[in-house]
This record gives sequence, structure tokens and C-alpha cells, in this order.
Amino acid sequence: MASYAERLELVWHEGTGLSAWAGTVDHKRIGLRYLYTGFVFFVLAGLEATLMRVQLAAPTLEVLSPQTYNELFSMHGVTMMFLVATPILSGFGNYFVPLMIGARDMAFPRLNAFGYWVFLAAGVFLNSAFLVGQAPDDGWFNYLPLASEQFTPTLAIDFYALGLIFIGISTTAGAINFIVTILKLRAPGMTLNRIPIFVWGELAFALTVVFALPVLTVANVFLELERKFGFHFYDADGGGDPVLWQHLFWFFGHPEVYLIVLPALGLVSSIIPTFSRRPMVGYTYIVLAELFIFVISFGVWVHHMFAVGLPTIALGIISAASFMVVIPSGTQIFAWLATMVSGRLVLSTAMHFVLGFLVLFVIGGLSGAMFSAVPFDQATTDSYFVVAHFHYVLAGGAMFPMFAGLYYWGPKMLGHLLDERLGKISFWLMFLGFNVTFFPMHIVGLLGQPRRTYTYASGLGWDLHNLLSTIGVFVLGAGILVTFWNWFWSRAHGEPAGEDPWSGDTLEWTTTSPPPEYNFTTIPTVRSREPAWDQPELQGGAQPPEDGGRPLTDGHTTLATTLADAEPQAIVHMPHASPWPLFLTLALMLAFYGVLLSSWMVAAVGAVASAGTLMGWLWPRGETQET
Amino acid sequence: MAGFALAACSTDSPSVLSPEGESARRIDRLWWLMLWISLAVLAVVLGLMVAAILRRGRRDVEVDRTTPPWGDPFIVIAGVAVPALILIAVFVVSLRDLDAITEQGDAALTIDVVGHVWWWEVRYPGGAVTANEIHIPTGETVRFRLTSDDVIHSFWVPELAPKVDMIDGRTNVLDVRTDVPGTYRGQCAEFCGLQHANMAFHVIAESRDEFDAWLQNAAEPAESNTETASGLDVFLSSSCVGCHTIRGTDATGTLGPDLTHMASRLTLAAGTIPNSREDLARWIEDPQSIKPGNVMPPTELSEADLVALLDYLETLD
Repeated sequence: MASYAERLELVWHEGTGLSAWAGTVDHKRIGLRYLYTGFVFFVLAGLEATLMRVQLAAPTLEVLSPQTYNELFSMHGVTMMFLVATPILSGFGNYFVPLMIGARDMAFPRLNAFGYWVFLAAGVFLNSAFLVGQAPDDGWFNYLPLASEQFTPTLAIDFYALGLIFIGISTTAGAINFIVTILKLRAPGMTLNRIPIFVWGELAFALTVVFALPVLTVANVFLELERKFGFHFYDADGGGDPVLWQHLFWFFGHPEVYLIVLPALGLVSSIIPTFSRRPMVGYTYIVLAELFIFVISFGVWVHHMFAVGLPTIALGIISAASFMVVIPSGTQIFAWLATMVSGRLVLSTAMHFVLGFLVLFVIGGLSGAMFSAVPFDQATTDSYFVVAHFHYVLAGGAMFPMFAGLYYWGPKMLGHLLDERLGKISFWLMFLGFNVTFFPMHIVGLLGQPRRTYTYASGLGWDLHNLLSTIGVFVLGAGILVTFWNWFWSRAHGEPAGEDPWSGDTLEWTTTSPPPEYNFTTIPTVRSREPAWDQPELQGGAQPPEDGGRPLTDGHTTLATTLADAEPQAIVHMPHASPWPLFLTLALMLAFYGVLLSSWMVAAVGAVASAGTLMGWLWPRGETQET
Repeated sequence: MAGFALAACSTDSPSVLSPEGESARRIDRLWWLMLWISLAVLAVVLGLMVAAILRRGRRDVEVDRTTPPWGDPFIVIAGVAVPALILIAVFVVSLRDLDAITEQGDAALTIDVVGHVWWWEVRYPGGAVTANEIHIPTGETVRFRLTSDDVIHSFWVPELAPKVDMIDGRTNVLDVRTDVPGTYRGQCAEFCGLQHANMAFHVIAESRDEFDAWLQNAAEPAESNTETASGLDVFLSSSCVGCHTIRGTDATGTLGPDLTHMASRLTLAAGTIPNSREDLARWIEDPQSIKPGNVMPPTELSEADLVALLDYLETLD
């Protein structure tokens, strides 16, 4: 066996130094980069939120100017949606999907690297708007005609539109990679009904991206054509319609919400069986529910537009579809509860975060169901009640699972256990702070406070609720910092994790922590939905060949299998590290800045450079294309 | 949950939970129905969570590879069938409410409201034009025709009715009926730029007689008065006249609110400051410090001119 590992080490080691750093295609390094970069943006967006809460601590404060406030709430939303939630959950996916399905990397390793670089570049592009004092200021929803040249003549909206087109390239590349990886690179024997639920969640996420994101890109291309060249897509005086923007935006925007929650729910589904000490009850129901959410998410966009003045019949249909979405979410919740009640719960830190998530997600889901009732939605939309609702669903529904993921998978990624006591302190601070911040927003919204307002008058009964929210945000922030401290402290000083600190059920727990560059010494043959529980011979990530393990030491390769039954089909040669994805990203960035500034020479240079680097990337090199 | 009960009692707030309009009452009932259902669901979930926590084990517990026989039926009943039945019931109730709110028969009065950055223009049949304050009669259905002159705004009076967006190029209709006289605060609910936060208005519901008297006065041109003629001269010779109309004078600007009866209004700058003499003086001299970014420029006047102007404006009731 050792000789397999030695030979694989020779083939898979990327080396050190700048070229390995800039060229890495290792899904684990890329996954960690997504996580670290995502959390940097998370801190940024959190600071933006904290500043807003300080301004709103009491009525008629003048801590921030109205312009600054509007920029902060716009960038907070854009950052949290596009630069935090999606990338962090993609980061977990990047790191763990290949490990959970027994592959040696993602299907398109260079595309994977490219996705990360574009994410980073688009994040820098969007936030560079602050440096020139022209940050997007019309909200993440960016409604027309407010966002038109006439009402927002600065570059703010161009930063927004081009930034989102740019990041869309990253998300789409990542999604396609997930789909192909999950459908084609599963270990032999991992039939469709043995795929871990987290992997199903990433698949549902990726499918949603592929269908939803083009609509956002089209909406923003229209917007730039209108702003830069005088087209009239959204301009009522020119025969366009500002409501078209809303349709396009929310046709993307509502699935966007689900594509954030889907992998987070998957994450929860992979933690619950481990800490309930039993397989998931109702696996099939959960998987079907996730796929149903993916489909139905495209039928509910108009519930963001119930106050626009659309025909009653349209409101009725979308209302029915919105009520329907509640069912698959409920199905998953009761499947989790059945698993926990029939198992023996282990209250680790990760499980604390999962239980906290469950409470917050149920509250957010219940208030969300209320919005399906058209008259109630019309009364409370654009009030703080909505702000409360979607923070329960998105921050409660995605942030808490992310933190659960840090505690559950942190030992696998770092090779060290995180401190459980600090973790529980962090959880309780976050849970308490979260509820003190966001629960009063339900009430103040019902009391008539509209959202997106930089100040409010006194004497309207809103003061106490706003003050509570401001206090809560500091408690929440303290809880988050405790986990960050825990992470970096444990990375240096934590106890060694071993292969399987939680005695988990999926394949990632059968290899070392952190896993070697080739993930598994032999690509395993899977005979169970919970292989790590049922197949003791998988230990060490080196299933012996007589049990079905495939070393594949001849070249830089992994195994492709059939779509449904995961029968071995082909040996896939994987590319080595390459700087071309980074070069292409830099060329694209130049093109985007050129378009932003309407300096078409720069844009043309960027476009030509992009074509050139793409050729460099694809230039034929040897028979296997491994280099 | 006591918080919600307390919240409903807070009388100063323009609260969805203190409904005084017919539509708002329906919404309030729908809310309490959905809240009680939600609390019941939450109780079930929390109960099961507590049950799971109470029978917790230790990390070294052997993995249980059996399947509980009640598992699948439980998921189908609790996770699919029961939610579906509840949701269908709520859907039907909400559709009936939607129908009742949308179709309210013939209206006794139609009022046009136009959203501007960042104030409300209000037009009555018979030529009365006002701003940021809407008088309506009680006991009758009033129809609002809502549109915008620029970006999207949203017309929201929580105590009376659901909100409806105001969009340039479209006219939306909202029927409102209340039997309770009173002053109801409204506020723009769709983000409309820099001063979205300071775009409020008031709806004043009064008996038909009081309303008729108000409307008759509001339709009249401003009364001329020799004592305040110098104030009118200041108005007509300064930048005021470029944007404001005072019916019965040579002031016919249309960029800002009609000021023909401005002294009768409760607030200035769309609910930003009270309509007192001191606040009016501050507003005329330095509107940008009160509502940064609004369209009105500062006006520099001598002390005497300002006094004359204020004397005149105070007669416009």
C-alpha cells in the first residue's frame, strides 16, 4: 500500500513556491480559499451592517450621511448574497464533494481555479467602488428607474451591473463543475440512492444557478446598454417598462435565495445522522424535497411584486405556488426531527449550531409562509417585518449551518480539533445576539417602520426595538469573533483530529486529516449509503484492491463512472497546476474596468488579452492534456 | 409572544395591528390566524427537539442501523399531508380577503396621488390640489389613483390599507374605507433614493360634513390681503415662484408642492418637520440641512423680507 501512496505523491504533488500558489488546481486548496475569502467579505459586510445599526440606534441620529447609509445597505446585501453566502457554501462544496463521492478532484480542476480567481476579482471590482466614492446605492434589488442614468448618474450602478455579470461567470463555472463532478466522478457503487444528501444539496444548488443566473446577466446587460448607449429596455418614456427589471431580477432573485439555502440544508443533513448516531430517516423524502424546491423556486418570483399592481389572477397563482414551497421545507424539517428523536443525540458544538439553525429556520419559514398570503404580503412587504423574515431564513438558515460546518469539518480541513468549549460560547453568543438583533424587527415592521430608511422620527413607538437590534448586533459580532479566534488558535494548537473524530458516516472520514493531495490512496468501491459505518476496510483511505479499491497510480487520473449506477466507465486524465486561469481572470478584469469607465480601448485590450490567455489555456500539450 | 400583544397596544405607531380601515381589519384578522397556526407548528417542532435532547447519548454510542417503522409515515403525515391541508385552508382564506380588498364596488370619491422625490402631490375633483396630506370622508369608499412622476414610490397607510406601488407610466388603484375619524400616518415604502426615509404623509379621516367644508375651502384660490401684500411680493420676486403654485396669484410653478392652503397643513417637507413659524423659517433659509439632497434650494432673504414672507404664508389656510 505504501508504494501506492508514494507513487501517487510523486504524480499529484503540486510543489511549493509562487507558481504552485498561483496555479494550484487542488480542490481542497481552492475550497479553503473560497472559505477564507468569503469570510473576509463576511467581516466586511458585517461591519457595514454594524455601522447601519449604530446610525439607527436612536431616532434622527447623524452618524452616517443618507448617501453613506444607502451605499452601506446596498453593499451589505450585494456582498452577503454574492460574495459571502454563495462562495462560502461553494467552498464547502469544493472541498467536500470530491471527498464525499470518492474522487481525486473536481471534474474540471482548472475551471475550478478560474472560478475562484474570478470570484476574488469580482469582489475586488465591486468593493473598489468605495475607493472612488461611488459605491452602489440603490439596493441589491437595484430597481429602475432609480438606477437609470437620469436618477443615478454616477458609476455606482455600473459597478453593480458589471460586478454582478463578472461574478456570474464564477458562479456559473462553479455550478457546471459541480454538476459534472457529481454526475460523473462518483466512486464505483455510489448509485444515485447512495449519494450523500450534502452532495444532492450542491447538485440542486448548481442546477438552480445554471437556470437562474443567465436571467440576472441578461437584466444587467440590458441595464448597461440603457445606461451607456441609450437603449430603452426599462424606460417608460422610450417605450420600455421599469417593471421588466423587477420580473427579470426576481426571476433570478428568488431562486438565488433557495440556491443559498439548498447547500446549507444539505450541510445540516450530513451533520444530523453523525450526531444522532443513526442513518437519516426519510433520505428519499429529503432528496425529493430538495429537487422539488429547485423546480418550484422558478414559479414564485412574483411574490416579491405583490404591491406592483399586477392582475389579481396572477397574484393568486403565484400565491398558490408560494404556499407550495413551504411543504418540501417542512418535509425536510420533520425528517430531521424523526432522525434526531429516534437516534441518540450527541450535543457537540456543530450540533448546537444545527439545533440553533432549526429554531431560526422554522421561525423564518413560518413568517415566510405568511408572505404567500397576498393581502398580508401587501401590508408588510418593504417593512422591517421582511428584514426580520429573510435574516431568519438566510442568516439563520445559511450562516448557522456554515458555522456548524466549520466545527464539523474544521478538524478534517485543519487536521486539528477546534475547541468545543469556545465553540459553545460562540454559539450561545451568536444565537442570543441574533435573536436580539432580528426578532424586534418583526414587531417594528408591523408597527409600520419601512425598510431601507437611514433615519426615523421619534414618537412612533419604534425607538426601543431599534435600540435592541443595535445592541444585539454587537453580541452577535462577539460570538462570530470567538469562532474566528477558535479557528486560528486551534489550527496552531488544537489536538490532532485523527481520521474520524466524530465517527461520521461518509467517505471523507475514511481518509487522513487533512487528506493527501490525491484524497484517497485507492478509489473506493462503495457498498452502502453510509460507507464509513458499514465498510471498515475503507480505513486510511486505502481500500485494499481485493475489496475493490483502485489505486490508479499510472498518471494523474481519476475514475469516471456511469450516471445512475456508478459503474466504472473510463479513466480521466486530470490537468496539472496552471497559471492560465489566473491570467485569464486578470485579462477579464481589465476588460470589465474598461467597460466601466467607457474607455473602449482598454476594454478592447482586455478582450483581446482574454482571448489570448484562453488560447494559452487550451493550447494542445501532449496526448493526455495533463500539462 | 407577549411582545406581539404589547406591540398591538402601542397607540402612537402607524401599526398594521391597530387597524382602522376595512382592508386593514381583514389583514389584521389574517395575521392573527396565521400567527396562531405558526405558534402551534413552532411548539410541535420545539417539543420534538426537546424530546431528542432529553434522550441524548454520548459520543461513543454504537450506531443504530435499524429503521424506525414509524419514520416514513410520520414524515408523510407531519411533513407533507398536515402542512398541505393547513396551507390550502390559509390560501383559501387569503384569496377571499384579496378579493374583498380589491373589489369594493363604486367609490364615492376619487383622489389622484402622484409620487415625487420626495413628496406627495394630491389632486381632488374640482381642482383642489394639496401635498403630503389627504383628507377623506369616513363611512365611504374612497378610490385612490396612484402614479409617480419619477422613480417608484409606494403608498402605505398601515392602519387603513395594504400598500400599492406608484410607478411612472402606470396608474394603480387602491380602495380605502374607514368609519373611524382620525389622523393616520403614511410613509413611502419603496426605496426611492436619498430621502426615502423622509417621505411621509397623513390621511385625515373626518365626517362627510367636515370633509365637504374642507374640500370647498381647498378648492378656493388664495385670498388676497393688503396687510400681507409685501410678503406676496417677496414670494413672487424670489426663487420660490419658480417651483410653487399659489392659486389666485402669479405663482404657477409646478416642481414643488402647491402652497395655496399650506398654512392648514400639519407638517413641512413631507412629514419631516412640524408646520410652525420657526420651522418654516428654517426650511426656507436652509432646506438642505433639514432634508439633504431635496430639490429645494436655500433662499437668502433679509430679516424684514423673511418676516413679511412668513406673515403672508401663515395666512394661506
